[in-house]
Amino acid sequence: MSSEAHTSAEYIKHHLQNLTYGHLQDGTWGIAHTPEEAKAMGFWALNLDTLFMSLLLGVVLMFVFRRAATSINTGAPNGLRNFCEWAVEFIDTSVRGSFSAKNDMVAPLALTIFFWVFAMNLMDLLPIDYVPLLMHELNVPFFKVVPSTDPNATFGMAIGVFLLVLYYSVKMKGVGGFVGELTLQPFGKWGMPVNLLLEGVNLIAKPISLALRLFGNMYAGEMIFILIALMGGTWAGMTLGSTTLYGSQIVLSLGWAIFHILIVTLQAFIFMTLTVVYMDMAHQEHH
Amino acid sequence: MNINATLLAQTIMFALFVWFCMKFVWPPIMAALEQRKKQIAEGLANAEKAKLDLELAAKRSTEILREAKEKISEIVNNGEKRASEIIEAAKIQAKVEGDRIIAGAKAEIDQEVFRAKEQLRTQVSAIALAGASKILGREIDAKTHNDLLDKLVSEI
Repeated sequence: MSSEAHTSAEYIKHHLQNLTYGHLQDGTWGIAHTPEEAKAMGFWALNLDTLFMSLLLGVVLMFVFRRAATSINTGAPNGLRNFCEWAVEFIDTSVRGSFSAKNDMVAPLALTIFFWVFAMNLMDLLPIDYVPLLMHELNVPFFKVVPSTDPNATFGMAIGVFLLVLYYSVKMKGVGGFVGELTLQPFGKWGMPVNLLLEGVNLIAKPISLALRLFGNMYAGEMIFILIALMGGTWAGMTLGSTTLYGSQIVLSLGWAIFHILIVTLQAFIFMTLTVVYMDMAHQEHH
Repeated sequence: MNINATLLAQTIMFALFVWFCMKFVWPPIMAALEQRKKQIAEGLANAEKAKLDLELAAKRSTEILREAKEKISEIVNNGEKRASEIIEAAKIQAKVEGDRIIAGAKAEIDQEVFRAKEQLRTQVSAIALAGASKILGREIDAKTHNDLLDKLVSEI
């Protein structure tokens, strides 16, 4: 609990607010100290916590993998190298399973997505108050430690994937082929507007479903962690009710955290697999 | 929870990470894995070959062993034959030598006997002469009676 004075609503709001940097209403640039201030900044603002955490995790991951890649040899692997080799083989097998065309980019893309998303999701398992409390001590008003609970992060990645899908669709099928795919099926050339509507929705649904699925799952998971954390927050001395709530918080947060290990991995895997499937669809002429 | 420029930054970051991974992470690890796969396959093939070689060597070694045994028994046989031959030859030689020695000894004995006889004869003739002269009371002229004596001697 960040402070005794907080009400439950304030506590939840506080935990769901990103550390936003942007154009303040008084005309200066700076960090928003209330959710309202952050909202007023409009589009040209940056969520520093999301950026920092995702950059940190990404850099650490890439560093680890790069170290394994440079020290790799054909002898018996050990420790870190063993893990990285397992990771690469796992991704390679998954990609081979659902991607039939030839593109050297897809497997590294899948590797990056899986481990980056996994690492970002994993931050959810950090005790929910530790980082905000630490940041509070450092005079940082907000800090959301799980980047994948920020739609900016998930949509950022989904848009990246979407651009790749568009690029490869056009590259593999040509502009005509791609446009044809959007307009000439399923009802033939006389149903063009309907076709465009159906296929357009189909196309746009890809990045949106990618981003919202990850965001929704992680956001909901985070929310439940916050709610569980609130149980013990009503501590009012050694009464029966308080003690029961406190005990329940410990049991529930443990249970939810264990369950969340599954969700964290599963969401990363789903994001990766769907990306690979979308890339595969971009490479294939389906007629 | 506002959509803002973080979106763009995240997209760029994502692209950079993918690029880095594609450029510097994936190829070396994949190459090493392929290489190792090949090495393992080679190792297995070599093992298979070594096993075959071993079988062949085992077969050959039993062959050699068998040949050696045959040779040994042959050599032993030859040795035995040769030994018996040598013994036979030695026996024959010994017999010949023995015969020769016996023959020599016999000749010597004959000679001794002859010599003893001669000596005996001369002595007998002398004794006879002495006896006869005693009987006759006078000396027998050896010259006159030489023929007689000789006849006597040869008769003894």
